[in-house]
Amino acid sequence: MIHTNLGRIAMLAGTAVAASVTVASAAPDRPECIAPAQPGGGFDITCKLAQAAMTEADILPSPMRVSYMPGGIGAVAFSTVVGQRNDEPGTIVAFSAGSLLNLAQGKFGAHDVDDVRWVASIGTDYGAVVVPADSEYDSLSAMMDAIKADSGSVILGAGGTIGSQDWMKAALTARAAGIDHKSMRFVAFEGGGDCATALQGGHVQACMNDVGDSQAAIDGGAPLKLLAIFADERLPGKLAEVPTAKEQGFDIEWPIVRGFYVGPEVSDEDYQWWADSFKTAMEAPGYAALLQSRNLLPLPMTGEELDTFVKTSVADYRTLATEFELVRQ
Amino acid sequence: METLAFLMHGFAVAATPTNLGLAAMGAVVGTMVGVLPGLGPVNAVAMLVPVVFALGLPPESSMILMAAIYIGSEYGGRISAILINVPGEASAVMTALEGYPLSRQGLAGVALSLSAVTSFIGSLLATIGIVLFAPILSKWALAFGPVEYVALMVFAFACLTGLLADQPVKALLAAGIGLALSTIGIDANSGVMRYTFDMPNLIDGLAFSTLVIGLFAISELLILLQTHHGEKSVQIPKGGRKLFNLSELRFTFPAALRGSAIGFFIGLLPGAGGTVGSALAYSTERKMAERSAKTNRFGNGDLRGLATVEAANNSASNSNFIPMLTLGIPSSGTTAIMLGVLTLYNLTPGPMLFTSQPDLVWGLIASLFIGNIMLLAMNIPLVGVFARMLTVPAWVLVPFIVVVSAVGVYSGKSASFDLVLMVAVGAIAYWLRRLQVPMAPLILGFVLGGILETNLRRALSLSAGDAQILWSSWIAIVLWAAAVAILVLPHVLRRLLPPEARLSED
Repeated sequence: MIHTNLGRIAMLAGTAVAASVTVASAAPDRPECIAPAQPGGGFDITCKLAQAAMTEADILPSPMRVSYMPGGIGAVAFSTVVGQRNDEPGTIVAFSAGSLLNLAQGKFGAHDVDDVRWVASIGTDYGAVVVPADSEYDSLSAMMDAIKADSGSVILGAGGTIGSQDWMKAALTARAAGIDHKSMRFVAFEGGGDCATALQGGHVQACMNDVGDSQAAIDGGAPLKLLAIFADERLPGKLAEVPTAKEQGFDIEWPIVRGFYVGPEVSDEDYQWWADSFKTAMEAPGYAALLQSRNLLPLPMTGEELDTFVKTSVADYRTLATEFELVRQ
Repeated sequence: METLAFLMHGFAVAATPTNLGLAAMGAVVGTMVGVLPGLGPVNAVAMLVPVVFALGLPPESSMILMAAIYIGSEYGGRISAILINVPGEASAVMTALEGYPLSRQGLAGVALSLSAVTSFIGSLLATIGIVLFAPILSKWALAFGPVEYVALMVFAFACLTGLLADQPVKALLAAGIGLALSTIGIDANSGVMRYTFDMPNLIDGLAFSTLVIGLFAISELLILLQTHHGEKSVQIPKGGRKLFNLSELRFTFPAALRGSAIGFFIGLLPGAGGTVGSALAYSTERKMAERSAKTNRFGNGDLRGLATVEAANNSASNSNFIPMLTLGIPSSGTTAIMLGVLTLYNLTPGPMLFTSQPDLVWGLIASLFIGNIMLLAMNIPLVGVFARMLTVPAWVLVPFIVVVSAVGVYSGKSASFDLVLMVAVGAIAYWLRRLQVPMAPLILGFVLGGILETNLRRALSLSAGDAQILWSSWIAIVLWAAAVAILVLPHVLRRLLPPEARLSED
């Protein structure tokens, strides 16, 4: 019952938009955002952000439905949208840089980056090195020097397995410091939050986490500090005090882009409708506040531009994976 | 007495008509999702998030609603475990062990009412524990790193030898199958796919709900098909009691207290929670009962086993809130979502929450008291209704539960793969059950094995492969010693004690 109502309202709204804006076709029926994970994680936040932004900018009159399709670190949702649900104009799926990394390492099975249509990126986070507030290290270079002297002196934790984004950040930093990444002490946790907990308990000495979650934890009073951020330039606001890894002599950037894709058989008109709508939504005045409350930074890309970005990223990740001997066969 | 003032303030927040109404609603919804395996508090809370926002509820109200659902589901989980041997929640696996035999003997009403009361005792004690000790105990959660988790899991496995009683070889076999199943999926350390056969649906491993429904509900359905279709499952004896009597309460009260204490401490540890807590409590009681053969009815419906398990899992689900409120650390799927909701209100969960949001924190704690009282008040009168469900022929009841559970599994994952898997698991479980392989060690092996393996791997990567790290902390050493004691002591005692004390082996 709810669905048919939503659909009807969406259609009405679609005709209204079509009448006033010439480029846009009708809004698709039953818009739905698939978060390819359990409720509560980063993909959930991504979908909820799109839901809020689309409502705020009056593009969709009632909130878009958010559904969950956990499984295979996003592989289940990817293969569903490539396969059975490949032409649903109203269905968008959240992705992150982590999904692209998995795609590059062949963890999504036979599927490739060309198998879906990349619609929009709606925000980004950056990788960060987090240590306890009373850590003996006050810079990334000091910590890397200590690792160089004795690889057992610092145990790095991360919210993912070998080959995950967090591991990549650690391996890249090690390489930039002239250390063999295989000699690094690395412990895999389930998500950055678990790692931050272990950090506070003194079980590991540093976490390769994300800026957003870490800053939120620090704001909440967790005794942690940021040593470095893997961004091109210093971030705005209170994060401006934290130096980039680049400044400290490690030329590494690790943006964690969040966005959406649609199925391969979705028509050009519908694809364009989503791209245009996201563009409008991200230009709306309230959007900055929505991003900020979710600890994200702006990185608006839509349509063609995002498509190019995604394909370049995947190619880069693939090179890295080969260099670190992560891709077998 | 600053704490008392805060608590009074909390009651003022929780006792507004809106918040009382929300707590009641949460208790009802929680009990319902708790009864059904496959639908858990995580699903219910996740579905409620948009509703909460649409209603524009203040943060403390939405927390109160979600907390009520969470604790309600613990009360609900026991009902299906006792009545039809299908645990509604992970933590109710142990409930079925003694609860189901009791209901087969026509004592469903007694089992339901007694377990409602011990659930309440566990919850109440844990909530008092939160009020008194929350800030001090938050350190305990942090002290548990990979090493300590390994020792805790080994201790838990040692305790589970208490389940071996009737069929030791088959129980060990079942635990082994559970352990093996827990290795399916992406390796948490190296990222290598194990036993996934290139199927994306298996990358994350087997889902607990799929496994539980297959092992318990589907196999029950198959057994039902094999036996008579038409018979009523249980004849409730005429004039049979619906409520427990005082001597039964007195008999089980110490067990409930012990269960509450065990559940409380295990519940503090992120990830462990009610399942491990109730398993430990059950094994403790069973070991203790074996010392006197006269009253020991474990395995055939011992009230103490039921009482301690329910006290433990409710205590654990309440003390779960301590790491969440004091450290901002989610200790279960449900508390993770609750923390996520807080960030949407622009509140940052963490150690500051206690001081910056007293309304929210103390309102929530007070609502745990209120919610538990509501749940008790709701559950006791409903005992009769639930017990009467047994007069519904099993061939109606079990398929109904299976269908609703399947819907739950499907809606949680939107993938038909899990439904197929569920049926396949059920078929295998049917075969195993016909061979008298018990299901409880299997599911516990699955749950504990996963935690054991990831933490063992973590501990060994902390030390670069040096196994000495496993007994490098005091907590770990104590747990190892306790594990050894549990395995060795009974045999030593048996040698030392005079022969007439050996009656328990029959």
